[in-house]
Amino acid sequence: MAWFKRTDKGIKTSTEEKKDAPDGLWFKTPQGNIIHTRELKNNSYVCPDDDYHVKIGSKEYFEILFDNNQFKELDANMTSGDPLNFTDSKPYPARIEATIKKTDLKDAVRSAVGKIDGQDIVIACMDFNFIGGSMGSVVGEKIARAIDHSLKNKIPFLMISKSGGARMMEAGFSLMQMAKTSAKLALLDDAKIPYISLLTDPTTGGVTASYAMLGDFNIAEPGALIGFAGPRVIRETIGKDLPKGFQSSEFVLEHGFLDFIIDRRQLKSRLSTLLRLLKN
Amino acid sequence: MVLEFEKPIADLEQKLQEMKDLAQGKSIDLSADIQSLEEKIKALKKETFQNLTRWQRVQLSRHAERPYALDYIYEITQDFIEIHGDRSVKDDKAMIGGLGDIDGRSVMFIGQQKGRNTKQRQERNFGMANPEGYRKALRLMKMAEKFGKPIVTLIDTPGAFPGLEAEERGQGEAIARNLKEMFKLTVPVICIIIGEGASGGALGIAIGDKVFMLENTWYSVISPESCSSILWRSWDYKEQAAEALKLTANDMLSNKLIDGIIEEPLGGAHKDMKTMSKTLKETILKALAELDKMKPDKRIETRINKFCSMGVVNE
Repeated sequence: MAWFKRTDKGIKTSTEEKKDAPDGLWFKTPQGNIIHTRELKNNSYVCPDDDYHVKIGSKEYFEILFDNNQFKELDANMTSGDPLNFTDSKPYPARIEATIKKTDLKDAVRSAVGKIDGQDIVIACMDFNFIGGSMGSVVGEKIARAIDHSLKNKIPFLMISKSGGARMMEAGFSLMQMAKTSAKLALLDDAKIPYISLLTDPTTGGVTASYAMLGDFNIAEPGALIGFAGPRVIRETIGKDLPKGFQSSEFVLEHGFLDFIIDRRQLKSRLSTLLRLLKN
Repeated sequence: MVLEFEKPIADLEQKLQEMKDLAQGKSIDLSADIQSLEEKIKALKKETFQNLTRWQRVQLSRHAERPYALDYIYEITQDFIEIHGDRSVKDDKAMIGGLGDIDGRSVMFIGQQKGRNTKQRQERNFGMANPEGYRKALRLMKMAEKFGKPIVTLIDTPGAFPGLEAEERGQGEAIARNLKEMFKLTVPVICIIIGEGASGGALGIAIGDKVFMLENTWYSVISPESCSSILWRSWDYKEQAAEALKLTANDMLSNKLIDGIIEEPLGGAHKDMKTMSKTLKETILKALAELDKMKPDKRIETRINKFCSMGVVNE
């Protein structure tokens, strides 16, 4: 016989008496560690128990990097056109509109100018939430203009990449954004203005094959997926399972394509030091 | 190999041949019939090739008999010396290059190369270059720049190779570097899509003062098959994907993403290789004459501005 007996039937708590327990108060890392979101935020969105770097967007990176979260956003209102009248399961403009509504973002990159420890910097940061961080005309154009701002004001440029690659719905146009951004980086090169490229989880496809790999410094967060072809495509091509750690930041560093890997909690101070060393 | 839409034409052509054989052997006069059949074939060809769907053009771009980069190069040059290797890892046989002369003018040729038979295809890796291929291409471009020779690239690839070693050796970095460095080249650069122009693998040698596409080729960010598998989650929508991607020469020109279309002989480049090569050569020489008039700085500036103007946004 049970020691506990319920006398009343059903739940009798009235609506006013119910306690509010909001969603997303706790975060569980892939290794199973649980951390309070406020704690996570105070820790640059890295789990202190297993150093897991939570995927974050431009809002969080700007907050982590810019002094006092002060910055001037560039081209904040630029949105995507539909040059090809592209329709798959739904029309491209409808997809864009729905994504804008859902994410409160205008497209997959935001750019801004501000300071890191008092040193001027232009930062363009991708948002994976916006159609997989895919690169279409808006991404290409905003990055191009951010680089123009760097050129004009002789300010170092930091690009934070997080993308699945080019945006299919803009087909030929999105392909040419690889060319456009590389052209601007060629000008930045000639002007001898530093360009730091930070690769975060994931950075693949046309983004890897253009601006993400063109930094004077190519740096990455630990454990990020970085590659040209996606793991699934490679697996299908070679017909074999991929080795453990393949295409991770550590793998890419080992093969000589990254300058260093940086824990997000030290990101700002390391960038600050790097900028200072380049200047003095 | 005969494509589905080429079949009615091929059937009539066979009939014509039979008729001609028949007429030759005996003393019957079939010339009237032969003439009428010839006219019929011509009309059918015109009708078929004027109304090709985008997918049919993709099929033509991959036609097994289509001329490849080296076919054109040997056809249009007097002398050609092939140059190998990236001076670092190996010689990528999917990416070829060398010095040749057209009408007495030396040109650095670079291009992806496909194979004709199984053995060759394997050796050429189906025209899919590894990072060392892109690095070899860049080495040759720098050499051309050093000796003041213009560069002509012939693009024909289903994509950069998505393999294990390609990733280890930095496929992304190799392509990215080419994009940036090609904008700085002081010599004229002419890029021609002669078959397939798939994504970054094509773009990696396609930053030019003039970018042309042959009439029956495609150039886009992804192949119709892969696009279908990603957006429709099935391989069956490749025709729809080809339509949606707007990947033909006409599409790319009307969107101002290329500079011109090079006309193919009726029936496609593979039907008349000599005429095709002649048109190709004339296009190259004409473009070179135009680019020669510009100073290197001006050429670079124009090249950069052209690519930077590509894209459609709302503000």
